[in-house]
Amino acid sequence: MNAEPINAYAELLGQITGFVYPNEVEIYWSILIVIYPYLTGLVAGAFILASLMKVFKVKEIQPTYRLALLTALAFLIVAPMPLLLHLGQPLRFYEILVTPNPTSAMAMFGFVYAWYLMAVLLIEIWFEWRGDLIALARSSAFPLNTVYKVLSLFSTDTSEAAFAFDRKAIQFITIVGVPSAFLLHGYVGFIFGSVKANPWWGSVLMPIAFLMSAIVSGIAMVILVYMVLQGVRKEPIDMPCLDKISSYLFYAIIVDFALEALDFIHRLYQSEESVKILGHLITQKLFMSLIVLQILLGMIVPLFILALAKAREFNDDLRKLLYFMAAILIQIGIFAMRWNVVIGGQLFSKSFRGLMTYKMEIVGIEGLVTAVAVLVLPFIILSVLIRLLPTKGAVEPATAAHM
Amino acid sequence: MNERNGHQGCAEGGESRFPDAQGAQLAPQTPRATSAGEAHLNKRRDFLKGAILFFPAGGMLTALAAETPTTEAPKPEYNPADHLYGMGISIDKCIGCNRCAVACKAENDVPEEPVYFRTWVERYTILRNGEVNVESISGPRKDTVIDPSEVIRTFFVPKMCNHCANPPCVQVCPVRATFTTPDGAVIVDSTRCVGCRYCIQACPYGARYLHPKTNTADKCTFCYHRVVKGLQPACVEVCPTQARVFGDLKSKASRLVRFERMNKISVLKPALNTEPKVHYAQLDGEVR
Repeated sequence: MNAEPINAYAELLGQITGFVYPNEVEIYWSILIVIYPYLTGLVAGAFILASLMKVFKVKEIQPTYRLALLTALAFLIVAPMPLLLHLGQPLRFYEILVTPNPTSAMAMFGFVYAWYLMAVLLIEIWFEWRGDLIALARSSAFPLNTVYKVLSLFSTDTSEAAFAFDRKAIQFITIVGVPSAFLLHGYVGFIFGSVKANPWWGSVLMPIAFLMSAIVSGIAMVILVYMVLQGVRKEPIDMPCLDKISSYLFYAIIVDFALEALDFIHRLYQSEESVKILGHLITQKLFMSLIVLQILLGMIVPLFILALAKAREFNDDLRKLLYFMAAILIQIGIFAMRWNVVIGGQLFSKSFRGLMTYKMEIVGIEGLVTAVAVLVLPFIILSVLIRLLPTKGAVEPATAAHM
Repeated sequence: MNERNGHQGCAEGGESRFPDAQGAQLAPQTPRATSAGEAHLNKRRDFLKGAILFFPAGGMLTALAAETPTTEAPKPEYNPADHLYGMGISIDKCIGCNRCAVACKAENDVPEEPVYFRTWVERYTILRNGEVNVESISGPRKDTVIDPSEVIRTFFVPKMCNHCANPPCVQVCPVRATFTTPDGAVIVDSTRCVGCRYCIQACPYGARYLHPKTNTADKCTFCYHRVVKGLQPACVEVCPTQARVFGDLKSKASRLVRFERMNKISVLKPALNTEPKVHYAQLDGEVR
């Protein structure tokens, strides 16, 4: 072994309080594993928002329907990347798909992911954009028309019967898609919630808390992307749409907050063996990220902002500002929530006698630079997708299909 | 005088028999054995030899001597299904010498720097005011100064993989790289492990780590490579007080079964239902 990991170990060792098992000094799941549930949460949340329009026929949010689908796709493409980068033997990743262990929650990732990408999101997107792709293939110049032709899978049928089938297919896929989105993110919560060795993770509420926070973060992300996109395009923001989405966001935060509070009260009241060390964890290691960022700035303040925007008759510009602020704070809060779960769960010893420290690398495969790159990549993909696939609908019949 | 001379002669003659390597040099001295005194003494020696062989204790010794090599020799066909291994650890016998942890590192290519351990020893110091001070004596330690008059009891606890019958690590491994052998050892196939570290998170005992050379999960194997040859795990082999007892739970004659019979047994974190096969005797309630 070279000196670097030994020095890093010595540094971590110096920051330990109490007793930890010797193998626990290293933090095994890094910032990349924080990003993974954050990304899948955005996917599930954005998709559920898109589905609201299809399943519950909420017409106000139609302007963001296509954008929400593309946001979900952009984040879904990047979602496995942090996992892959984190593996000690990344070239063996295919073993998870080829010889999965049926009792492993993690082994199911490949199947849940493939199902969601192939059977839900891509098919829904294809049916939704089929008309546009045919029209764009006909109207575009050389390189692009071929791209559109391939994307439309060489479909050329623009009859009303074909569009009617598209509408039916989308309706059906959405109905399958909502439970699939629940599965995708609920399952990520299960990965943590099923670890009985770790009292910070092992909770039956974990999948549900993950799901609600996913809906919150996904809705907030669509608001952000929509507002920025309209700003870039210099087009007006559809205020009834924004008001409606923000009101969904408001209710989602209330449910999410209630779940988190229930979890907290339940732990405190049951006061099990681990309660002391978890108390130390919160006050000594997670005060900033849990109390300040996640709960105060990421939940209570946005809740207050959204309540204010709902209760008072503010003008459009002020409401936009409030919504934008709330959406940004929520992103910070949900990211902090993932951090508190993943990193927080590794900062106390399973002997319940001591606390460890996580020191993030800056460069290096599991460092901050990689993390930022993985977080920026979905936005680059999204900007390409938005350029390629019109979010407003180039062809009338396809757009009419949502109504 | 005669006797004395004869005695000396015997000693010399006796010497000439043992160091085979010097046999060629000593050969010229052998004619001396033909003297009358020598012949007499040889007779007496033969008698004594015969007496020892007839003596029951002598018979027992030869029987033991004959048995030792057979237990150490590799068995022709090892059938894992015939065995179920476990370990007994006697807290009262552990003196905290740390030889087990050192031997384990040497035997199993555990990183030499004091970072990771397949087995380690914890020292518990319980004070009069109820405070508990725990330290691993195997790695770098803080050496907290404790006033001896404040100590109410203190003891060492060797820790390792518990080779659970219901192992959470095996349950969560996405590629089945970690598995339970038919003879009860939980081991990792480092050629299959993808290094996701889920097993490390799932282990309630902190018994696993990521090996920095292979980037795969690593842990105690009960020295499986030794056990299948009929040898003891390295930590058991070196323990000077026999605080560790390794054995076959399926064999009624095994030392481990005797250990189970003679002691009150407890396991670590029983509430997690992992069903450890490392059983502790005289385990204190403070140990987690």
